[in-house]
Amino acid sequence: MAPSRLRAARMTPPPYESPRYLDAGEAALSVEFGDSVDPEINACVLTLDAALREAKLPGVEELVPTYRSLMIHYEPLTILRADLVKVLNSLVLQGASAFTPKARWRVPCCYDPALAEDIIEAARILGMSPDQLSALHANGCYRAYMYGFAPGWCYLGGLPESLALPRRASPRGATPPGAVLIGGGLSLISANPMPTGWYVIGRTPERMFALEREPPLLIEPGDDVCFEPVDHEMFFALEARAARGEIVALREALP
Amino acid sequence: MSATLRILKAGPGASVQDKGRLGFLRFGVTPAGPMDPGAFIAARLAAGDAKGAAIEASLGGLELAAEGGEIGLAIAGGAFDIRLDERALPSACVLRLVPGARLSVRAGSAGAWVYLAPFGRLDLPFVLGSYATHARSGLGGVDGRMLRAGDALKIVDPRPAPVEPMAILAPWIGERPAKSRVMLGPQQDYFSPEAIETFLTARWRLSERSDRMAYRLEGPLLQHLKGHDIVSDGVAFGAIQTPGDGAPLVLMADRQPTGGYPKIANVIGADLSALAQMRAGDLLEFASVSWEQAVAARRARARAIAAGVALEPLLRKEFSPEFLLERNLVGGVIDGRKT
Repeated sequence: MAPSRLRAARMTPPPYESPRYLDAGEAALSVEFGDSVDPEINACVLTLDAALREAKLPGVEELVPTYRSLMIHYEPLTILRADLVKVLNSLVLQGASAFTPKARWRVPCCYDPALAEDIIEAARILGMSPDQLSALHANGCYRAYMYGFAPGWCYLGGLPESLALPRRASPRGATPPGAVLIGGGLSLISANPMPTGWYVIGRTPERMFALEREPPLLIEPGDDVCFEPVDHEMFFALEARAARGEIVALREALP
Repeated sequence: MSATLRILKAGPGASVQDKGRLGFLRFGVTPAGPMDPGAFIAARLAAGDAKGAAIEASLGGLELAAEGGEIGLAIAGGAFDIRLDERALPSACVLRLVPGARLSVRAGSAGAWVYLAPFGRLDLPFVLGSYATHARSGLGGVDGRMLRAGDALKIVDPRPAPVEPMAILAPWIGERPAKSRVMLGPQQDYFSPEAIETFLTARWRLSERSDRMAYRLEGPLLQHLKGHDIVSDGVAFGAIQTPGDGAPLVLMADRQPTGGYPKIANVIGADLSALAQMRAGDLLEFASVSWEQAVAARRARARAIAAGVALEPLLRKEFSPEFLLERNLVGGVIDGRKT
């Protein structure tokens, strides 16, 4: 999906005309494309991430895409900052907003209030019924913007605007495993239980982070994500299969 | 062939670490790894294999014994008090731990972290390519947790250590720059020139509320120019972030890979070890350097490490009666009556 379709109207500032190269010490460079959570800015980040992974530059050790910047951890005794920036400039010129995801995931999600601990509360704040909330969430098309906070916690752009609600003033208790959350205009699929300021509006039987499974992590930053509603019974059936090592989310390769 | 390293006592802060869990930052996985990378590599080099893992201990100390066979250990870190049974050893040394002997590691005159690298491989599961313990996410080491009394660490493919303890000479251990060098950024524009001036001229005190994740600094509060919330971006080891309360904290080995507070500066790689070895209450100052200066310092350190460590025999300073008797010191006495 083109990034423009993720956005109804521009609510946030556009990407910078050219990226800012910000040092985070001598061995990390943050390539910043903008200062907001925005599909177009994130597409620039993901495009550069994909191009740099492809380029396999000696000395480039790790790439961490975030909403608005790509953090490049590098060894400055192997690649000079100036040479790295030269490569980055040429990659950025090769088209930033033309990001095309490599895969789309269909992630099963149960919105039953028995599992979706905060859906009633979130629906009340949003002024709708829990059914309306789950229908809107399940009809959304999302993109994995970044991981953060804890292993396997995947932050998704593309939440319908009608579901944007501020984060809680103080965090709720630990999330259930596989909680699907909303907060601050984004959605999130979590892995291991952690306290959070977001609202649990669903649960997936899929394990976003499972060490004993190969691969332990499923969704790449930049992949598209949609949710397949499942009922209570189906949730537990899929959860049992996932516990046996099966991947219950469906990955479709995109052309 | 294997032997087991038994943890007899473990204070808080002891864990298994290797160079860190690399390659999964993009999935939210904390790198962990040693707090003092320089001392860690010195211990590993002295143990004859740079790639392995080591036990990291902190001020809470550690007591160990070998079971089922002798185990060689290389120790390096802060100026800890190291004793093999009653014998005091240098804070950086290699030794042979034989069954029945007891090695104790206690906080000494300075330093906060010490590494014990076995001559051999710790038989632990490789988790996402690393042995490093990250207790908060339950990854690596022994069941993803800190070490405790009773833990048994199997050492496989053990290599022999010198029969007599020897001192490790590694010139980069204990290097203590007068000021911690930093590179400003990536969000120095979130602070006024006055706040940056304050940051660079203040004497900071390391807070008691410091751990493997972050070292908190006490001192003047740093005012933000445009709020304390930024859209999350990447975080490096040594990033100095300033949350809403204005009290900066230095993000250390157990940092999250991304974060949402403005980072005024990053401590340069060459000065991370010295910073990590500071204790609560210690004072520090920062000095701003350029990328070129930071890389020059990094290169100098990398060269020193590439030259490796040397081992030096110990000069005995304490003489027990048994030791003196063994030396047969009276053997050379001449009989005056016969001359």
